[in-house]
Amino acid sequence: MSDENAGLIAADLGVSRGGRLLIDGLSFELEAGDAALVTGPNGSGKTSLLRVLAGLAPPAAGSVKWAATEVRQLAPEARAGIAYRGHLNGLKKDLTVRENLEFHRALNGSEAPIDELLVTLGLRDVAGQRLRFLSAGQRRRAGLAMLKLGEARLWLLDEPLTNLDIAGRRLVAQWIDEHLDAGGMAAIASHQPDQLAGGGTLSIEL
Amino acid sequence: MVDIFLTIMGRDLKLAYRRWSEFANPLLFFVIVASLFPLALSPGQALLQSIGTGVLWVAALLSSLLALEGLFRGDFEDGSMEQILLSPAPFGTVVIAKIAAHWIVSGIPLIVLVPVVALSFQLPGEALATLAAALLLATPTLSVLSAIGAALTVSLKSGGSIIGLLILPLCSPMLIFGTRATDMAANGEPVAAPLYLLAALAVFAISLGPLAVAAALRVGLE
Repeated sequence: MSDENAGLIAADLGVSRGGRLLIDGLSFELEAGDAALVTGPNGSGKTSLLRVLAGLAPPAAGSVKWAATEVRQLAPEARAGIAYRGHLNGLKKDLTVRENLEFHRALNGSEAPIDELLVTLGLRDVAGQRLRFLSAGQRRRAGLAMLKLGEARLWLLDEPLTNLDIAGRRLVAQWIDEHLDAGGMAAIASHQPDQLAGGGTLSIEL
Repeated sequence: MVDIFLTIMGRDLKLAYRRWSEFANPLLFFVIVASLFPLALSPGQALLQSIGTGVLWVAALLSSLLALEGLFRGDFEDGSMEQILLSPAPFGTVVIAKIAAHWIVSGIPLIVLVPVVALSFQLPGEALATLAAALLLATPTLSVLSAIGAALTVSLKSGGSIIGLLILPLCSPMLIFGTRATDMAANGEPVAAPLYLLAALAVFAISLGPLAVAAALRVGLE
């Protein structure tokens, strides 16, 4: 934690899945305002890479550092700087949309206003519905809402556009642009890189 | 830290309330299994009294196996667990809160239910209070052991039978002291010793168990 402003540094990174090496010798750096766009065919290791960057899985080789600390060894408070949104939304089907968001807000110690967020996402009318009665796109929107329920500077997004309609895609692209403009960072795996308006300052092709 | 504990426990209790059948089924299973013994065996008072304690404890133990697979699996499969692990919330606290919620919905009902079912085995009244006390001390240990089993098998497709193999042997000290306390009370002997041992087991399990659970869950998520 010597350098609060340091970004994400991946050095000579190797990523393996099920004993098979998918990525070897990948090095890159993200600083304030940078976005890395991760592209590649199915099975090329995009998800595995993001999970390693998030610290969920250990790298097969090399290191990932966030704020000058190995990402797997971050103190709990420092983890708040990273938000990971994977294929799974991380929401409970038997809680309402609002309850889900309130839970994650409490978990992240955030004070973000939920009502505004629900309006922005077009989920206000279903806020009191249990998640199991929502469509896949609505669930995705609720999942992405969590990006705003915390003060993460680094967003790790795995296929954020899946299941979203055109308005939803625009909203996500807009959120990412705003986030980067505000000095945030992002690593995004996507099959539709052209729809993420600004695109990446950095392109990682697997 | 207290906030996180209450947040997680509150959420799990709310979820349990909305899927109450998941927790009611094992209790019903316990009642039915325990009631089958007096039906299957001769209804003589002496026989029922002598086997009653053992049957009740084993039935309670087996029925609690039914509820434990969902302890972490739900959170694991919908991605909640990775979000919790990556959040600034201390993971050990999260694990303890989840175990506490599990104990409230599966342990406390057993403490109430077992002495009631014990009536059908004609256990003497003095033994019932001891039985409840022994369960009060044993169920937290059982919840922690269940959590260890559930955490170790969380990344398997179906952990059900393996969990039983993993944790039932670990439950034997609890079973021995629990049945011993109940039997001694039925015979009018002092029961402090086995109860203290159950309490010691509970302290041991609660202080070290969550560390093992947290470690197992981290590995399961890789």
